[in-house]
Amino acid sequence: MSRFLLNQRLVEEQLPAGMVMLDVIRRHRGLTGTKDVCREGDCGACQVLLGKRLAGGLRYQAVNACLLPLGAVADGHVVTIEGLNGERLNPIQQALVDNGAIQCGYCTPGLVMALTGFFLNSLISDEHAAVDAVAGNLCRCTGYAGIKRAIKQLCQQFDLAGSSMERRIEDLVHWQILPAYFLTVNEMLAALPPHQEKASPDVVFVAGGTDLFVQKPAWLQAQPLNFLPASEGGIRHEGSECVIEAAATIEQLRTSPLFQQWFPSVAQDFELICSAPVRARATVGGNLVNASPIGDLAVFFLALDARLVIASATGRRTVALKDFFHGYKKTDLQAGEQVLEIRFDTAVAQSFSYEKVSKRTHLDIASVNSAMSIEHAGGRIIKAHLAAGGVAPVPLYLANTSAYLQGKAITAATVLEAVDIAQGEIAPISDSRGSAGYKRLLLRQLIFAHFLKLFPDTIYWKPLHVR
Amino acid sequence: MYASDIDLHAQGAAIFTDDMAEPAGLLHAWPVVSNIAHGLIERIDLQEALGYPGVVSILLARDIPGSNNIGNAAPDEVLLAEKEVVYRGQPIAVVVAESAAITRQAAGLVRVSYSELPAVFDARTAHAQGLHIAPPRIFSLGDVDQAWQACDAIVEGAAASGAQEHVYLETQVAVAYPLESDCLKVVSATQSPSMVQRVIARVLDCAMHQVEVDVVRLGGGFGGKEEQATGWAAMAALAASRVNKPVKIRLNRGDDMRWTGKRHPYDADFKIGLDKTGKILAYEVCFYQNAGAVADLSLAILERTLFHAGNSYFIPNVRATAVSCRTNLPPNTAFRGFGGPQALFVLEAAIFKAAAALNVDPASIQQKNLLQEGQQFPYGMQVENCRAQRCWRQLHESFGLPQRQRTIENFNASHSLEKKALALMPICFGISFTATFLNQADALVHVYADGSVSVSCGAVEMGQGVKEKIRNVAARTFSIDKVRVKIESTNTARIANMSPTAASCGADLNGQATLLACRQILQQLRTVAAGLLGGDAEPEQISIQQEQIYLNGQPTAISWNKLVSEAYLSRSALSANAHYATPEVFFDRSEEQGRPFAYHVYGCAAVEVSVDCLRGTYRVTSVSIVHDGGRSLAPAIDRGQVEGAVVQGLGWMTMEEILYDGQGQLLTDSLTTYKIPDIYSAPEIAVEFLDSDNPAGLMHSKAVGEPPLMYGIGGYFALAKAIQAFNPGWQAEAIAPMTPEKVLLALYECDC
Repeated sequence: MSRFLLNQRLVEEQLPAGMVMLDVIRRHRGLTGTKDVCREGDCGACQVLLGKRLAGGLRYQAVNACLLPLGAVADGHVVTIEGLNGERLNPIQQALVDNGAIQCGYCTPGLVMALTGFFLNSLISDEHAAVDAVAGNLCRCTGYAGIKRAIKQLCQQFDLAGSSMERRIEDLVHWQILPAYFLTVNEMLAALPPHQEKASPDVVFVAGGTDLFVQKPAWLQAQPLNFLPASEGGIRHEGSECVIEAAATIEQLRTSPLFQQWFPSVAQDFELICSAPVRARATVGGNLVNASPIGDLAVFFLALDARLVIASATGRRTVALKDFFHGYKKTDLQAGEQVLEIRFDTAVAQSFSYEKVSKRTHLDIASVNSAMSIEHAGGRIIKAHLAAGGVAPVPLYLANTSAYLQGKAITAATVLEAVDIAQGEIAPISDSRGSAGYKRLLLRQLIFAHFLKLFPDTIYWKPLHVR
Repeated sequence: MYASDIDLHAQGAAIFTDDMAEPAGLLHAWPVVSNIAHGLIERIDLQEALGYPGVVSILLARDIPGSNNIGNAAPDEVLLAEKEVVYRGQPIAVVVAESAAITRQAAGLVRVSYSELPAVFDARTAHAQGLHIAPPRIFSLGDVDQAWQACDAIVEGAAASGAQEHVYLETQVAVAYPLESDCLKVVSATQSPSMVQRVIARVLDCAMHQVEVDVVRLGGGFGGKEEQATGWAAMAALAASRVNKPVKIRLNRGDDMRWTGKRHPYDADFKIGLDKTGKILAYEVCFYQNAGAVADLSLAILERTLFHAGNSYFIPNVRATAVSCRTNLPPNTAFRGFGGPQALFVLEAAIFKAAAALNVDPASIQQKNLLQEGQQFPYGMQVENCRAQRCWRQLHESFGLPQRQRTIENFNASHSLEKKALALMPICFGISFTATFLNQADALVHVYADGSVSVSCGAVEMGQGVKEKIRNVAARTFSIDKVRVKIESTNTARIANMSPTAASCGADLNGQATLLACRQILQQLRTVAAGLLGGDAEPEQISIQQEQIYLNGQPTAISWNKLVSEAYLSRSALSANAHYATPEVFFDRSEEQGRPFAYHVYGCAAVEVSVDCLRGTYRVTSVSIVHDGGRSLAPAIDRGQVEGAVVQGLGWMTMEEILYDGQGQLLTDSLTTYKIPDIYSAPEIAVEFLDSDNPAGLMHSKAVGEPPLMYGIGGYFALAKAIQAFNPGWQAEAIAPMTPEKVLLALYECDC
C-alpha cells in the first residue's frame, strides 16, 4: 500500500507499487490534466511535482509521471496541474496565455508543472535556467517562441534571488504561483506514520526507474520491487579519491560544488544528456548498470579510470569500470549484488574533456560520445584515459590508445597517431543513430576536440586537418 | 462567461477525447496488425485469443455488415485486411475486451499465417516496376524543349526529401456509443468529422443520419488526422455496433508511429536553364511520390506538388510531371503543406545548383525571378495581388540583410572551425481546396434570449485557433463582447457534409459561413430595433456598436440584451444557418488549367545557421520573416502559426529522420529515436506582417496554417552554404533531412 498526499488529499493506494503514477493519476484518480503522450520520459506532457521531506525541509522536483512508480511516492506530495489551479489563472498560466505559448494545449499542463518546478528550485530568475527546466517538454505547435517569451516575462516579474530556499514555498504562495494549501503540506506529511515495507531479497531493485520503466513497465507491475533510498549527500572527497554513492542523481552530480571544481563544464555537459525531470530521478548507479553502449555516464567515468564498489550479502568487492562491461547489456554484476559506490582518483581529473554528438543536440541518445582525462607535465602526457560510446557493444575504454598516449609529447603528431590507433579499437555498427562510417569519422573529430579544448596553446586545427 | 480554449489549456481543464469520463461498461478495442509488408493471408487463428480472460469479441472483415472500404478519394483501402496485406501495421482484426491491457495481450495471441510476396519501399523502385496509384500528371507552360536553346547555363540533378512524422501529441483515439434504433454517437479525434460519419455509415450499412460524430478539439493534427483518424473511429464504431456497448480505441505512441502514414517522401529529377543574367528560362521536373500502400490523399497531395512546382517564381517554360508510386509502407498522408514543401525543395535545389554553375549567390537568382502582377502560373491562373517582391524587399530592409551578409562573410574569414550562412526562402502558396467541391461550409448560429450566442460550424479546433477566430467573427459582426460567444463542438448532427478542417482554410470557409449566418440574425434584429424606436426608423439606419443600439450613428437607450429579449418576444428568428461557397474557383483536369485558388499567400524568410565544423553539429540561429497575412483576425494566433510552422519545417529539413529497415519495419518508432525540435534547437524567430489586404479573404484576412512551414526549407540551403564555406570542394547534394551525420560527412567528404 502507498500512502501519499495527492494535491490536497491524503490518499492510500492498493495498486501495484510498480504501476506508474501517470496511470494512477489519470485512470484511477480521474485527474486528466496530466497527459499521456510518449510514456518514455521524452516529452514531459505528464510532468507532475513530487515533494519529499528532506533534511533541508520540503523539496519539490518536476518529474515525469510515466516513469514514476507508485512505490516511489510513498510519504511524499504528488502535485498535478489540478493541484495548482486556483479561482483564476496563476501567474505562470497567465504568462503562457498572454505570450502565445499555447496552441493545441496537450503539452501545456506539463509545461506549467516544469515552470513551477523551476520556481521552486532555482536560486535566481535566470532565463537560461528556466529554459533548461522546460527543455524536457516537447511542443509540436508553437515553435517554442511563445514559451520563451513567457519565460522572459516571468523572470522579469519575479526575482528569485530575493527568496531563500527556506522561505521559497511561502514566497510562491504569496506570489500566487502556489495555492495556499502548500503552507500546510509539510505538517501533513510529517503527521503520516512512517512508511514501512519489508523488502525480500530476490526483488527487483529500483533506483530512479527512468530507464527500467521505459523498457518493461507492464512486467514491473507484477514484480516485488525494492525502491532504493535516495542519496542525500551523494558525492564526497575521501583522501585522494572522489566517492559517489550509486544512488546519487545526475542532477546531484551536475550541481555538486566538488564536481564543478574538477569538471568546470559539467553543468553544461550534463544539460545535454537528459532533461531536468530525468536528471532529478536518474542515478549514476542506474546509468552504469544499464550498460548501454552509449551510456553517457559510463563513458564519463571510464575516462576517469573509475572503480565500482559492489556489495552483496557476503561482502564487498571492487571492480574497475573498464572491466565491468562484458558484452552488449552484460555486466560483471552477479545475482544479489548491487553497486554501492563509484570511486576515482581526483588526480586523474587534472585535464578532462567530455564530448557528445547526437541527432538533436540536447536530450538525445548519442551517435558517439567520448571523454578523455589527461595528467600531464611539461608538455608531456603522464597518463591518459580515453573512452567512447556508440562505437562498440559496450561503453568502450580505448585501452590501446590510452596506453599509446602515456609518456608522449602533446603534439599534433601524437594526436593523429592516437586517432589511428583508436580506429583499430572500435567496431561501430550502422543504426538509427548513424552509419558506421559516420561514427568512425565522428570519433576522430571528438578526439581532436578533446585535445583542441584541453591544449589550446599547443594543439591547433591546421596540423590536424591533413587531407 | 465562456472561457477560451487557451485558458482551459493553461489549467489542464480542456477535455480531450481521452479525458472524457468513461461510461460504465466501456470496452476497449485494439487491432491485430500485419507484421509483414506484403503477403497473402493464409489463416487467422483466433482460438487462443478468444479464450483469454476478459476478451469479449474479435472482429474480422467478415463481421463487417456493410462495405469493407474506408477509402475516401479511391475505394482501395479496406478497414480490415481479408486476403492480402499490403503494409506492416495494416489492421487485420479488432480485439474487443474489458481493458486496454487485455486487448493488447489478446491481440498478441492471434496467429496469422501468410505467404509473403515481394515488397517495395521506395518510390523510384516502384516506378520502375510500374507500381502507380494513378497515371502520371503533367502541368506545362510555354515550350520547354525549345527553351533550352536560349539558355546560357543548364544544370540537371536529383533531389529527395524525407518522410515526416506528425507527432501530434494526442495519439489517434475514438469512442463509439451505441444508441437506440441502431444509431451511434462517435467521439473522434478527427479533422474530418463528416468523412468519419460517411465511412462508418458505409462500413455499418446504415444511413448517415444514424451516425453522429462529435469533435471537441484535437491535441494537434497537422494533417495526420485528416484521413487517418477514420479507420480507428470506424473500428470503434464496428465494435460498438457488434457488441452493443461503448467502445474506445486509443493508440499508444509507438503504434501510432508505426501504423499511420507520414508526410510523403519524394524523389525528383530536375533540369533548369537560365540565361547569363540569372533569369530562369526553363524548368523541367519529375516528381516520384512515395504514396505507401493505398491512395489515401496521395493524388490530391501530388496535385498540390504540381501547383507549387514553380513556388513564387515566374518561369516562362515549365514542364512538371508527377507520379504517385505504390509501395508497401503505411499510406502516406496529409501533412501541413500537403505536397507543396516537397515541390519547393526541388526547385530551391535546382536554383542552388544553378547558382554554383553561374558562380553567383542563389539569392540573386531567387530575386531576379520573383513573381510579378499579371504573370501566369503554370496552371493558367493569373498572378493577382502579388506580394512576392514586396515581401522580399521589406525583409531586406527591416532585417538589415546586406549588413548581416557582410558580418557573416567577415566571421567566416576569421573562423576556421565555425561557419555561418544565411539563405533566403520566398514562398507562394495557393489557398483553397484543390478539389473544388470542398470549398464550401455551413454555420448555425443561435442567439439565446439572454443575449448569449452559440456558433456551430464545420471547423475542428486542433490548436490553430480557429475557434477563437470564428468567435471574433461573430463578436465583431454583432459588435458584442467575445465572452458572449461560444463555439460549439464540431458535430455532424448540427452541421452536415462538412469539408475537412484542412488546406489552411478552416477559418476562411467556416468564418465566411458564420459571418453570413450572423448577418441574417443581425438583419432581423435591426428590423426589431427599428420597430422599437418607432417613428421613421428604418432597419438600414440601425447599427450595433459595443452592445448598444445606434440609430443613424447616434446611441439609443436600447442595449443588446434588451433588443434580443424584444426580438424573442416579437417572435423573430434568432437562429440562422448559412452556407458559403468560395466564388470563382475551378479547375479543369483534362486541360490542367484553371483558377484553383481563391488567392495566394506570400512571404519571405532569411534563415541563418551556424555550423560547428569540428563536430558537424549546427544551430539554426535565427529566422527573420516578412509574412503576407492580410488583415489578421487574431494577430497573436497568426504569429504563433508562423512560428510553429517554421520550426516544424526546420525539423523536417534537419533532425527529423524516418528510417525503415529492409523489411519495411520502422526503426524510428519512438520519441527516443525520432527527434522533433526541442526548445534548444528552436531558433529566434522574428515575424513581421506585411501591411496588406485581401479582397478574396474573410474580412480581408489570409489563411496562415500551412504556408510558413516552407520557410524551414531555407534551413537546408543555409546549412549547405555553411558546409561549402568550410569545404568548397563539396558537391552539394539535395537529400533532406540534413542531419548532423550528413553535415559531418559533407564537411570531410574528401577525408573518408
